Amino acid sequence: MKKSVLLGALTVAGLAAGAASAGTLEDVQARGKLNCGVTTGVPGFAEPDAEGVWRGFDVAVCRAVAAAVLSDPMAVEFVPTTGKTRFTALASGEIDMLARNTTWTFSRDVDLKFEFTGVNYYDGQGFMVPADLGVSSAKDLDGATVCIQTGTTTELNLADFFRSNNISYEPVPIETGAEAVQQFLAGACDVYTTDASALAAQRAGFENPAAYTVLPEIISKEPLGPLVRHGDNVWGDIVRWTLNALITAEELGVTAGNAKDMAMGTNNPEINRLLGSEGDLGGMLGLDKEWAKRAIMVEGNYGEIFANNIGESTQIGLARGLNAKWTDGGLIYSPPFR
Amino acid sequence: MSDTHAQSVAFVRHDSIPPSPPPATQAGAVKWMRENLFSTWLNAAMTIIAVYFIARLVGFAFPWFWNGVWDADTIKECREIVAAAGNTTGACFAVLVDRWDHLLFGFKYPQAEYWRPTLAFVLLIVAILPVLFSNHFPRKMLILTGLYPFIAFWLIWGGSLWVPLFILASIFLTMAVFRAVESMSVSMRTMLAAVVGVLSGLGLAYLLYSGATELWFISDSIGTADAFSTVASLVFKALSVFTYIFFIPMGIFVGYAIFNDAEDGGLVTLVTALAAIYLLLAYALGPVSSAINSIIPIELEAVPSRDMGGYMLSMILGVICVSLSIPLGILLALGRQSNMPLIKGVCVVFIEFIRGVPLITLLFVANVMLAYFMPPQSNFDLILRVIIMITMFSSAYIAEVIRGGLAALPKGQYEAADSLGLNYTQATRLIILPQALKISIPGIVNVAVGLFKDTTLVSVISMFDIVGMIRGPIQQSTDWISIYWEVYLFAAGVFFIVCFSISKYSQWLERQLATDHR
Repeated sequence: MKKSVLLGALTVAGLAAGAASAGTLEDVQARGKLNCGVTTGVPGFAEPDAEGVWRGFDVAVCRAVAAAVLSDPMAVEFVPTTGKTRFTALASGEIDMLARNTTWTFSRDVDLKFEFTGVNYYDGQGFMVPADLGVSSAKDLDGATVCIQTGTTTELNLADFFRSNNISYEPVPIETGAEAVQQFLAGACDVYTTDASALAAQRAGFENPAAYTVLPEIISKEPLGPLVRHGDNVWGDIVRWTLNALITAEELGVTAGNAKDMAMGTNNPEINRLLGSEGDLGGMLGLDKEWAKRAIMVEGNYGEIFANNIGESTQIGLARGLNAKWTDGGLIYSPPFR
Repeated sequence: MSDTHAQSVAFVRHDSIPPSPPPATQAGAVKWMRENLFSTWLNAAMTIIAVYFIARLVGFAFPWFWNGVWDADTIKECREIVAAAGNTTGACFAVLVDRWDHLLFGFKYPQAEYWRPTLAFVLLIVAILPVLFSNHFPRKMLILTGLYPFIAFWLIWGGSLWVPLFILASIFLTMAVFRAVESMSVSMRTMLAAVVGVLSGLGLAYLLYSGATELWFISDSIGTADAFSTVASLVFKALSVFTYIFFIPMGIFVGYAIFNDAEDGGLVTLVTALAAIYLLLAYALGPVSSAINSIIPIELEAVPSRDMGGYMLSMILGVICVSLSIPLGILLALGRQSNMPLIKGVCVVFIEFIRGVPLITLLFVANVMLAYFMPPQSNFDLILRVIIMITMFSSAYIAEVIRGGLAALPKGQYEAADSLGLNYTQATRLIILPQALKISIPGIVNVAVGLFKDTTLVSVISMFDIVGMIRGPIQQSTDWISIYWEVYLFAAGVFFIVCFSISKYSQWLERQLATDHR
């Protein structure tokens, strides 16, 4: 309580100070670098590779925004944040946007005064158990010990789920995913629960993946997306529509490979508006006409980014599922570019 | 009388019988084992249990080590190699090979520049030797030690050579100012003290005034939404009013204290020197060094603090914080024993406050809270913030250790120093500290070792020291997902080497300094 009041007071002080400065867009352009908050590492979503270059599904969003605003996808200063430091880093202005597997919730949007600019991955919390436990549904887990990461929405979901189903459990709180996996493999807990995407990624790294099963229940909605601070709508629009441009590009069949040719002009007016050969959508954002083209040419459209970082051909091996585009029965949907 | 005579004895032995070997049970390994391992039934049982556990452990761990794979690109590949060799267990030491650079230097330090921190490390050893083994190395090597911080700063962070050189020059200038003020005649110094007193009184009053305004602002922004906020807001308001009332008296008091001290000269010298170095660093450093650099550019590629990582970061934090916190700790310990209430009060409050707060809280403050208090675009170096916090933390502990040493000195030592006519500085430097520090060595080393290991806490505030590197980018990478024992064993190994050396050194040093007659 005390902490939250103090933090709140400081947030207000920070916001008041922040409001005095120019808009985030001008700051980023003056700096020549986008400060983007990411995780300290989640396989497939954000991780530095052996050369130290950040890669991943969330990282791609940062790079697309950097390409749209600064014309250079590499002009990003990645600021690694933990679950505990991410919101203060954003509120204090240390980072311009946060693309860090963050679940869009009411309190984060409203109470913490952030603005979620869309959803780039629809996740949900799942359970993994050893196959020889003989459990086929999460409702059979009465009395189980559960490994769970602290300070995340999964902790709260778990409590809700077990309470509403009237079954008991014993939580084993754990700090990072790697420690949770180690505990789980060592048998310290019967069940490991976290976002289904992370479960799949971790399971892929097991010595014997077949010995573990992911239960069919998904007990929560975890819409993950990039977010920015309240109070700078111009910047919020840029991040939102950059993500939408990637999604629309997939719907329209614009890829990293053909964006350049299509930008010359096509018969489809929506493609023309998106890529800037018709109308001036970029101007309305305070950017130039080709912003979306540059964003798409970094790592391709949404579908390409998905396939290259976490899709079925990668080690993570996630199916599109809910994250298929809406015409394929998924939830990925962008408002029209008009 | 005996019947036997010397003449009648057939054989007289002239040399003594050679000692026969002790019985098998009283010699060699058997004796040692009987005495040390099987002296009683209880000990025998314990020995057997211990041997059983050690054998289990070795039997479990040795194949794992022996079958270790040193050449693979991913954890999957590594496991396939282990399985292909027909082994059930095997370590994936390949991760150490694959991410060696990252473990040592962090993943963002430019690869072409790895020689710089390496050279800085080698020079560190050269620079530290004459300090550690002062009897075995020429005293002239201490010059290198004095210059080392500037060389290392330039090597690791890069940028223009003129920045560290200018800082060095500023320090010399400040020392000159200090000497000049110290050697002034009393009347001159009184005049100077008047000026400095007025200025620093005004400065302090201004600082307090702006602090009061800030407190009032915070109080307003907390608001009165609920009972707790109201109380918190009122507390801040009260603090603010208190500061408003006292900013002028405090300024006058401090200004007068400086002026009043002119004859003795301690305060005025100190304040003038501090003001000099502040002015030099705050206003002259940037323009002068960039001006020289534009004429004679000597530059290395600049590496921002955020790009430091791996074991290098642990070493940077450890070495800087230990070497800063020892002198600071000495000052605090002396300050705590001071007769001047202001100095004593400040030192006591500082030490007790810092000791009462966990290090992790201070690090969170350094990482996230400070960002709120500073203007949004100002970029106060993160490593510097962390160094300040860790140094404050450990200096408070070292101060208490040294206070213990000071308290252990017999009162006669202080009185003897006084009776020799030594003033406070001389007595402290020549009589008190050498003895007190010698007593404090084990405590200081204890704090230093603890501090060095505590630097791994920075991984919690998303800095990539060696543990942060392991927990974040290595364990969470697609290639090495959830690798565990290999990397943590490596980290434990490197820390053990350093900490064990420090501890061995301190034992040696204690033997060297032992002047008591046992």
